[in-house]
Amino acid sequence: MKIIYPLLFILIACFFLGPMFLAFVASITPASEFYDYSHIFPSRLTLEHINKLLFTLGGFRALIVSIEVALISIGISFALGIPAGYAIARYTFRGKDGVKLAMLFTRSLPLIVVAVSLVTVYMRLNLTDTALGVALAHAAMILPFVVIFTSSIFSSTFIEYEEAGMVFGLTRFGAFLRISLPLALPGLAASAIYGFIMSWNETFAASILSIQNRTLPAHILATAMASPDYFKYAMATVMAIPALIFIFIIRKYLISIWGISLK
Amino acid sequence: MAKVVSQDVKKYFGEVRALDGVSIEIEDGAFVVLLGPSGCGKTTFMRCISGLEELTDGKIYFDDKEVSRLQPKDRNVAMVFQSYAVWPHMKVRENIAYPLKLKKFSKEEIEQKVKWAADLLNISELLSRYPSQLSGGQRQRVAVARAIVHRPEVLLMDEPLSNLDALLRVKMRSELKKLHEQLKVTTIYVTHDQVEAMTMGDKIAVMNSGRIIQYGTPEEIYKKPATAFVAGFIGSPQMNFFKCDVVEENGQQYAKFEHVRFKIPSRINNRSVIVGIRPENVSLEPPKGSDSITLEATVYFIERLMPETILHLDVGNAKSRITAKLPDDLVLPEGKKIEVFVSTESLHFFDAETEERIL
Ligand SMILES: Nc1ncnc2c1ncn2[C@@H]1O[C@H](COP(=O)(O)OP(=O)(O)OP(=O)(O)O)[C@@H](O)[C@H]1O
Ligand SMILES: [Mg+2]
Repeated sequence: MKIIYPLLFILIACFFLGPMFLAFVASITPASEFYDYSHIFPSRLTLEHINKLLFTLGGFRALIVSIEVALISIGISFALGIPAGYAIARYTFRGKDGVKLAMLFTRSLPLIVVAVSLVTVYMRLNLTDTALGVALAHAAMILPFVVIFTSSIFSSTFIEYEEAGMVFGLTRFGAFLRISLPLALPGLAASAIYGFIMSWNETFAASILSIQNRTLPAHILATAMASPDYFKYAMATVMAIPALIFIFIIRKYLISIWGISLK
Repeated sequence: MAKVVSQDVKKYFGEVRALDGVSIEIEDGAFVVLLGPSGCGKTTFMRCISGLEELTDGKIYFDDKEVSRLQPKDRNVAMVFQSYAVWPHMKVRENIAYPLKLKKFSKEEIEQKVKWAADLLNISELLSRYPSQLSGGQRQRVAVARAIVHRPEVLLMDEPLSNLDALLRVKMRSELKKLHEQLKVTTIYVTHDQVEAMTMGDKIAVMNSGRIIQYGTPEEIYKKPATAFVAGFIGSPQMNFFKCDVVEENGQQYAKFEHVRFKIPSRINNRSVIVGIRPENVSLEPPKGSDSITLEATVYFIERLMPETILHLDVGNAKSRITAKLPDDLVLPEGKKIEVFVSTESLHFFDAETEERIL
């Protein structure tokens, strides 16, 4: 048993990390050695492709747009979704089940369908080709998820914590802000990661709603076909690293707080 | 510190009448125990006093101030929840300090009061821990410290000991009582453990189906239960009941149960009554210096609790079983026919219809 678990762990890790690692290696392989199949690892490493992708081919700008879009869409969907999730968890009101069902239903609507009709609306509102425009579309995609997820977080945090807050001097809203919200932090961090990744990877709506200010995946999609393979790998690396950094930052809220270590 | 007055308080949850007209006047500084079976409305009443629940009808006063419509935060109450509800994202120190912080005390005052409360409850060493690093008993102390630190007018405790093991429960019982003697804060304490109620309460309010049935000292409740329900609820083992017809012979009234006749000490107009006998009032010897009745019984089962003995006895020809609690250890063979005695003074009489106390 002592051997099997680590072995299994390594196997699974290889399965998921292997392709990423190979892509990463490919992205820093010099062009001259790229098509040389006699050895797997290159004799020297270079940041040339990544550099070129970022600074010559407009990758850096797209990266910034992507980050902007992801943060704005998380912001919007949290601002609307957390109170909604809280209401669903804590109150009974007419049509509650209907609301929940409708929320799930929107997830079954492909974003591309929405995006096309959004273009015409955006043109009127002057939102085409802006980060905000794409972020709004992404927020629409993330929001139902945030509502459903946070409602389940709030229903699993004891209502008595809030009530204790109210007895000891908080208003109802204060109790939500000071007690329930901090208690929901790990769950919110998880939603933030999920929302970030949804927005980060979303390509179709981003491609349709923007022309100049493209998000990274939209930019890559537009340019990838015409690029040599090592550029494609460089793109993969550029896509993956910010997402990894974001997850790394949020991670500490997920795994260890308040003396509870959820390793 | 305040007197708490509840006037005909009602709380309905849709069809459910959780509180159906609760009226009680709790003296300033008293330790009152709310006792009653599960679902009788104890928690609901506490929540109404704290303001967590809006009243359907009725009024609540602290001293002469009506608080019925005030937010919990404006009532100056404190509560110890059954689950303790110690905030997991704050350290013990922050938990205790939080009520003070919200009441805008200065930093020095907060520090000093937290120290006072922590010393009082013996948790000074735990101040920089998170609640998840505490045992149940320690968490309970933190909850109590948090509740008393801002010197509330009314302290509410909802079964605060029910999550502790038996030994700790006995210890905390006396500690909470001592704490109350020091602080003199008006305390309402919910339990369904009658030993807790008897030992801790200056007064006990017995509740059933959303009403207070009786409010009195533990002694009053035990000796003069207002209804058969209270009589049956207080005391262990439970009081024995006999449903009797009232008969009259030579100008003396008797409550008649099969061939047993209980002499009724003064004249009543009821046609049928319930006679109650506490198991501890049944003895094997006729009591000296007082009238007694004799019951012929067969030993059905014997429980030796060391040193006490509980006898389960069949009386009469019908299947009526009574229990007797005897102070000494005793061995009797099952099936043996014996005579037991009950002094006339210790009988309780209730009306058979209303179940209210007559004598
Ligand atoms: N939020 C609520 N919605 C509907 N019914 C409720 C609600 N809270 C309490 N009740 C009902 O009101 C009645 C009284 O409940 P309460 O919790 O006050 O009982 P209790 O005396 O505290 O019982 P226990 O000893 O089990 O804690 C019960 O019948 C309960 O089902
Ligand atoms: Mg209760």
